[in-house]
Order: sequence, then C-alpha cells, then structure tokens
Amino acid sequence: MSNAPRLTALDALHRSLGATMTDFAGWDMPLRYGSERDEHNAVRTKAGLFDLSHMGEITVTGPQATDLLNYALVGNIGTIGPGRARYTMICREDGGIVDDLIVYRLREQEYMVVANAGNAQVVLDALTERAQGFDATVRDDRDAYALIAVQGPKSPGILKSLTEADLDGLKYYAGLPGTVAGVPALIARTGYTGEDGFELFVEPQHAERLWRALTEAGAPAGLIPCGLSCRDTLRLEAGMPLYGHELTTALTPFDAGLGRVVKFEKDGDFVGREALAKAAERAETAPPRKLVGLVAEGRRVPRAGMQVVAGGRAVGEVTSGAPSPTLGRPIAMAYVEAAHAAPGTEGVGVDIRGTHEPYEVVSLPFYKRQK
Amino acid sequence: MSNPQQLRYSKEHEWLSAAEDGVSTVGITEHAANALGDVVYVQLPEVGDTVTAGETCGELESTKSVSDLYSPVSGEVIAANEDVVNDPSLVNSAPFEGGWLFKVRVSEEPKDLLSADEYTDFAG
Repeated sequence: MSNAPRLTALDALHRSLGATMTDFAGWDMPLRYGSERDEHNAVRTKAGLFDLSHMGEITVTGPQATDLLNYALVGNIGTIGPGRARYTMICREDGGIVDDLIVYRLREQEYMVVANAGNAQVVLDALTERAQGFDATVRDDRDAYALIAVQGPKSPGILKSLTEADLDGLKYYAGLPGTVAGVPALIARTGYTGEDGFELFVEPQHAERLWRALTEAGAPAGLIPCGLSCRDTLRLEAGMPLYGHELTTALTPFDAGLGRVVKFEKDGDFVGREALAKAAERAETAPPRKLVGLVAEGRRVPRAGMQVVAGGRAVGEVTSGAPSPTLGRPIAMAYVEAAHAAPGTEGVGVDIRGTHEPYEVVSLPFYKRQK
Repeated sequence: MSNPQQLRYSKEHEWLSAAEDGVSTVGITEHAANALGDVVYVQLPEVGDTVTAGETCGELESTKSVSDLYSPVSGEVIAANEDVVNDPSLVNSAPFEGGWLFKVRVSEEPKDLLSADEYTDFAG
C-alpha cells in the first residue's frame, strides 16, 4: 500500500478555501476551514457542509444478499425495507466489534454498506470471506462515490431549493435516488452530528459541482464548509460512538452499551452469535465497565487514554474528550467501573497530566436536538 | 500573516517584545495560534514564578490538542494576562496584542532568538 495520502474529488476546492488539512485513516481531509467552534455552531443553529468521501462504500447484490448480510452482520437486515437504512455492526466470531456500519437497502436485492474509512478494507475482506456459499456479490465501491453531507436545522430548506425529490417524505434513516443541482445522487437522511441533515452519495466527477451549488444555495441561510474537527465535537455532544475510541475489537456491542443492535431473534446463524449471547448475559448480570458521559467542573480538557479516577485509584478510561461548544465546558465519554457509572456519582475525576480534575458523571447524550 | 518587526521570536513560536525597564512581554505567534485552532484553555505561570528560556511554563489547550508553553527568556514573571485566562479566544483573535500571555523581568536572554524576517522564513 502506498504511503501517499488519498485525496478526495474535492481536494483542490478545500485548498482553495484555505482548509487546514489532516491525515485521517490514510486520507488527506479538511480538519477545519476557519474556527472549528464557528463551524460547530453553524451546524447546531444553521447548516454545515462536509466532505465525507473517505467513508467506505461496499455494494452487496444478488438473490441471497439479504441472507449474506444477516449472516455477516449482527442486525436483522431482512427487516430493512427498500429505501431505508439501518445502523448496525460487524463483529468477529469472539463478539469483538470490527466496525459500525450504516446499511442502505437500495433495492430488494441491493444494499450499500458504509464502513468507516479506517476499517473499509477490513470490512470488505470480511464480507467477501463471509459471502462464500451465498449467491451474492460483494463489490468494492469506494472509488465509485464521493460523499457530501449537509447537516443542521437549515439543511432541509437548502436542499429543497436544489431538488425535486420528496424530502418531506424522506424519513430519518431513509434514502432515495434523486437529482440534486442536476447531479444524480443517493439522498439519505442520515448524519453524525445530532442534527437533521442529509448525506449525498454522488459520482466523484460531480462532487465539485454539487458542493458549489450547495454552498451557493446555503450561504443566505448561514451554511459554511465544515471540517472533521467539528464533526468530532458534534458527534461527541450527541453521544455517538467513534470506532477506535468507544468501539474496538476488544469490546462487544454490549460492552459499548449498544447491545440493542444485536438481533438474536433473526433467522439463522450469524458470525459472533454464541459469544454475543454470553456478552449479553454478562452485561445484564455483571457489567465490568459502562460507557458514561463526563462533564468538567473546570476548564482543562480530558483526552482519549486519560484515566478516570475515584478515591485515589483508576476506575476507568476516557475514550473521547473535547471542549463542548454547546455546553461551554469540556466533556468526555469514558468507560467507568459500574460502581462509579451512575449519573451524579460523587468524587469522580479525570487525571489530567497528574492533576485530578473533578468531573460530573452524566447520562448520554450531552445534547439532544429539539424536534 | 505578518510578524511584527519590533518583536523577536523563538523556534517554539513564542514572541518577545523589546525590554522596557528590563521587562518584556511574551505571547505566541499568529502562526502558532492558527496551527492550534481555537484555544479553549490557557494555563500561565504565576506572578513571582521564575521561568527559564526554553523550558515549559504553562500550557495552551485547543479543541484537538494540548501544547506546552515555553518561555523564550529567563527571568521573573511580573504579570500574567488574566483577560486571556478568562477568554482564551484572544490568543486566536489578537495573538500579538490583547492575546499576550505574560510579562517577565528578564535576567537572561538566549542568543538564538529570531528576527521577524528570520521567523517568517522558519515558520514557512
């Protein structure tokens, strides 16, 4: 594999906008264009435009596409109606999380699986291997799509001005093919910000045209380009896990508080079923650690890997931390021993470079939009 | 961006004003502020602390990371900018002015501080 970072179809545009770029999972991606706090607040109150072309699209087709995905993933894929999407996971035989995914059922026998950039190859390999014996085809479509997201309360109005598609009829976690600004697109009402919004999968050759049209249509409503830095604080406030932080191969979905994505009731065997059944029982009877929210009383910012402390000893570990623009205080997600995980537990802190800073234990998410 | 001619600069991206009555003002450069992103927390040395050139004397925290603050000179801290502690965004909005960090009574200055032009070349 080459060490040169991969560039999205919008690379030249980002540079012309003065973006600060960063390496993310082998891709050169915009970290921020100006102030990440301004970008965060734009998505919360108006709208933001993201290039997410690093995400990994994998297409699964064939008469047994549903059976394959039911076997390969932990969700009940057969219950996704055409035109709908589902948040799910792919696990190892031992129950460890390989990745979290969104699966779009495009047609009766066609699915698009969207994996995290850093895991796309692993997911592709696992699906290909698990497809043996199924009458289904797994196709690497990473280069077939650019992905542009428009997120925030103003995003429906902005998008409506550029498409005839029935956005009012498009529910959360649904997707339909349409045309946006003259560009053929899969329009999905999904996102990773805690706001209403859309993700637009388009051919890379059309990405720049779509980006410019959205910028122009959105500017009067306050839309600005947004980088991965604010995407991280937006998802953190919304209590959404990030692979490599809250989710790893060392954890099962039950350890991560996301056991609801595992559907034991579905027909047939699936990879990890036995181990996950045990993990479910353990989570019920004797959970080792729980994923909680922490809100700082002070101003120093917790970071991934810092220890959560109580009574002078380590009781957990921070998985993600950042200053929260919405709360105005530092926040974190952390795995904490069950005895210290209840909201309001006294005496919990984070060891920030040797100083135990006091933190309040809260339930997730930190932020929920008003509908 | 332009780095003021009357200041001198360290390779750790601090600036230092010309001494008046033996006292210089210290801050971080616009280049450093831009690289950090939005600064959300500033920990400064306290008045009366002794700082040493090239050694850490505080920290600057941004959305993505925390960075050590290095003193460009040795001496005694005689003032810390409380405005910046209360509103760290001053470091981003006015790094060479309202975003100054502390004032120091200089006891010793390293010989390798850079001029504005040298720093501009160094920071790229």
